[in-house]
Parts: sequence; structure tokens; C-alpha cells
Amino acid sequence: MLGYVVRRLLMAVPVMGVVALVVFSLLYLTPGDPAQVLAGDTATPEQIAKIRTSLGLDEPPVARFAHWLWHMVQGDLGASIFSGEPVTHMIGQRLQPTFSLLLIAVVISVGVGVPFGVAAAARRGGFYDHALTTFTTLGFSLPAFIAGYGLAYLFATTLKWLPVQGFVPLEQGVDAWLRNLILPATTLSLVYAAIIARVTRASMLEVLSEDYIRTARAKGVAPRRILFRHALKNAAVPVMTVIGIGVATLIGSAVITENVFAIPGIGRLTVDAILHRDYPIIQGVVLLLSAGYVLVNVAVDLCYTLIDPRIRY
Amino acid sequence: MRHAALWIGGILIATMIAIALLSPWLAAADPRALSPGSRLLAPSATHWFGTDQLGRDLFARVLWGARISLFVGISVALLASLIGTAVGMLSASSRRLDAIVMRVMDGVMSIPAILLAIALMAVAGGSVLNVIVAVTIVEIPRVARLIRSVVLSLREEPYVEAAISAGTGRVMLMIRHLLPGIVPPLTVQATFIWATAMILEAALSFIGAGTPPSTPSWGNILADARALWQIRPTLIFFPAGFLFVTLLAVNMLGDGLRDLLDPRQNPEG
Repeated sequence: MLGYVVRRLLMAVPVMGVVALVVFSLLYLTPGDPAQVLAGDTATPEQIAKIRTSLGLDEPPVARFAHWLWHMVQGDLGASIFSGEPVTHMIGQRLQPTFSLLLIAVVISVGVGVPFGVAAAARRGGFYDHALTTFTTLGFSLPAFIAGYGLAYLFATTLKWLPVQGFVPLEQGVDAWLRNLILPATTLSLVYAAIIARVTRASMLEVLSEDYIRTARAKGVAPRRILFRHALKNAAVPVMTVIGIGVATLIGSAVITENVFAIPGIGRLTVDAILHRDYPIIQGVVLLLSAGYVLVNVAVDLCYTLIDPRIRY
Repeated sequence: MRHAALWIGGILIATMIAIALLSPWLAAADPRALSPGSRLLAPSATHWFGTDQLGRDLFARVLWGARISLFVGISVALLASLIGTAVGMLSASSRRLDAIVMRVMDGVMSIPAILLAIALMAVAGGSVLNVIVAVTIVEIPRVARLIRSVVLSLREEPYVEAAISAGTGRVMLMIRHLLPGIVPPLTVQATFIWATAMILEAALSFIGAGTPPSTPSWGNILADARALWQIRPTLIFFPAGFLFVTLLAVNMLGDGLRDLLDPRQNPEG
């Protein structure tokens, strides 16, 4: 098993290499001088020169890439142009709010999406099936910044059940932490739960038409047990896959949602960086979150072997 | 009714396009005209949707926003489909090229879409054209992958094998025999890219990485309302409502097209 884990992690290295190359090359895609572009129209020649040196733009690109990659592998993502602070440090301070948000969103989405998909597949054309079609179509048409304001208006401003905005660190109490995260996490979950529910339904329908399900029914196994023990376990692989792939959407929506609910996480950091044209921070955020996404999918691949003994790499 | 989603989505989106095209005549006010004397007004007979914190007429701004949103959405859908099809076909035609191209596409797809778009916009600077380019780059790998897989499976079809053994040239094979098989799934995919591109444009503008702040796009209107929505919720309600209805229309159109053109890929079946 350990050998397999190592092999699978090594397979992710070339992908991350391409990610790094793409993020690195972006600076050279701009027409004209990247230092000039980042400095803005009002910059003095000294400011431009400073940015050029700090990004290493006076080196030839290949040497610069090698240099940059070497530092990155050692955990050095450079320094902010605006404040001079190390990027890893700035991102580190913002990790807790973002990860809390993502965690709660995954719990809600899987907790709602999977049972919803199972219920829809259990009675095709029934109430849950129609509800699911409506829910997914609505979910795909409600981006985070619309759903977020809608939920905040209804549950925070009008009903006053939950706080409108802000974040409370976990150290100050689980209760306050959770109360502040419910609305933003629900916002994030809409699309993600819709994707999970849709795939669960399709996968379950396929499995429910198998012979062994008919056999189980014939020998009188309780319907609920058939659904969750016999069918869901065999329908799990596509569901796991989409949970992994959906994390990309989830991360993207989190960046937006943090700005709707004033959560001081990586999304807020990104927006401040855009405002100051602080490219090293944006670069660091893109690399780190992409690496997180790739790792989640490695973990999902590893989980396949746990639910399906036939899968061996 | 058969193809209800297609009809409802099509009619809604046609209405939205008509509103966008006719916005200079439908809204009498200039969407950029400042009027410090009439800030944050409630909806009324003169200002149907009210005014924002700079006294600009929200009705005019939301209508003009439809132009930008639809323009970006349709442009990206067309450009990403064209370039993605070229990349996908190229990839499917040569095994050595395929290995390289697909690794690059995998890498690009490992970057969450909005983050790649943000990074591109950060180096390119805010403009409608740059938003179109950035979102197109984000969407190309998705099209390329689809086209590659469709072409690879079409290659196994007897009629394609027959054409190859009859000595059909490469270009002729692509145009006469492969393209007709590509069009249905590509049309469906392009519709969903249209919706995604509108979401990305609004999201980018909302966080200040999209169209320049002076442009009346839905994302910018929402960004302007961020600090004031609790005082005047209509500032969020109208642009958000228009974006939602437009997205719903395009998604219904996509679902309808999928049922019509590509029954095999239908997850509901």
C-alpha cells in the first residue's frame, strides 16, 4: 500500500510541473514589459526597476524559471511587491478561514448530495427525482455571489437567525465559528451538492439495474438496505470521482464567497493582491490551491482501492 | 410538451438578447451619467430600478450590463469551440503530439478556472477584450478534451475506416467524415461554456479583476453594491436577477439541446 501511495504521488509531480510552468509563463504572455504592466501607469522608473529586480525579470527566462522552481520546491514563494512580506507567510495566516469554509461546504454537500441522489434514483420519476432536476438546474444558474446575497438577505438581514458577515476563529469557540460559516458554506454547497446529487443519481440508476440487486430484492432484503448497502457501495466510484473533480469549482467559489461574507481568507488576500497588482501573491495562491486540488484527487484515487478491491494500480 | 426546456430556454435567451441589443432605446438614461443629487433612490416612475450611490440610473446600467455579459458569453463560446476543436483534432491526429498537448491541457485544467482567469487578468489588465481572452484560455482544454475523445471513438466507426481505406485525404476526412460527428456534442458543450463564461465574467468583475470599474457590467454593478446592499437590497436584486434568469435560460437551452442532439450523453436517461 505504501509503495502504491508513493507511486501515485510521483504521478502528480509532472502535472504540478506543468501547473508551475503555466503560472510562470503568464508573466511573459503580456505584450510589453511585465514590470511596467504590474507597476501601473503612474509608476516611476525606480518603482519599475524595483519590481523587475524583485521578480528577477532581468535574468533570461529559462534561468529565471530554474531559479524560481528551486526556491519554490524549498517552500519559498517569493515576497509581496507591496509589503515585502514573504508570500508563504501571508498565505499561512489566511489558511484557517478558507479551510474551515471548504471543510463545512464539503460536509454539507456530501451530506445532502449523496442521499438526495439515492432518493431520486430509488423512485425514478417520483417526487425526489423531480425535485433533484429542479434543484440542479437552479444550482447551476446561481453563482456564489448571487446565492450568497440571497441567503444573507433571507436568513441574516430579514430573519436574523445567523450573522450577516465575518469570521470567528475556531480558538474562540466552535459554536461561534460554526454559526458564521453556515451561510457561506451553504452558498458554496449549492453547485457542488447539485453536481454530486446528479452523478449519484446516474450511477445509482445504473447499479440498480444489475442482476444482484434483483436477487437481493427477490430474497427479501429490506429496500433501504439494498439502496445503501448493496447499491451505493457499488455506485461509489463515479461519486468519489466527481467529489474530487468538484473541489476545483469549490475552491473557485470560495474565493468569491469570502468577498460576499467578508471572511478574511485566501480569497480576500487574492482580491487585495489584485487591487495592488501584487503578482507574487496571486502566483503563490494559484500554485498552492492547484497543488491542493491535485492532492485531493490523489487521495480520491487512493480511496478507490478501499471501496473497490478490483482496482489496483 | 416535447423539448419544453429547449423552447423555454430559447425564448428567454432570445428575449434577453433583444433587450441587450435594444438597451440604448429601452433605457432613456445614460448608464454612466452621474447625478449626485439623486443618490440611492428607491425604484420609481422616473428610475424604474432606482439609482446607485453615484446617482446613476440602475435600470439603464442593468440593461447595458446584458450587452457585456452576453457579448462575453457568446464570444468565449465561439472562440473556445473553434480553438479547442483545432487543438483536439490536432491532438487526436498524432500520437506524439497527443502526449504533449494532453499533458499541457491536464496541467491547465488542474488550476481552478477562476484562479487561472484571475492570474491572466492580473498580468493583462482589466478590459472586456482581456476578459474574453482569459476566459477563452480557461475553457479551451475542456473543448479540446471532448473533441479528442469524440474523434478517437469516431475513428473506430466502420464508415471512417472505410473512408480511410478508400484513400480519403486527411483534410477531407476531417471535414467530410469527422466534423459532422463532432458538431452535436460540441454545440451542447458550447452552450454550457456560454453560461460558464458569463459566470466567470461577472465573478471577475465582482472581485475587481474583470471589466474596468466604469463599465456597466453586472459584476461591476454587484461590486459597487457590496457595501450598500443592506440599506438598498434592490441594488443587488436587479443585476443578480437578470444574471440568474440569463444563466437559467442558457442552461435550459443546453439541457434541451443535449436531449435533442446527444441522447447518449444525457445523465437523466
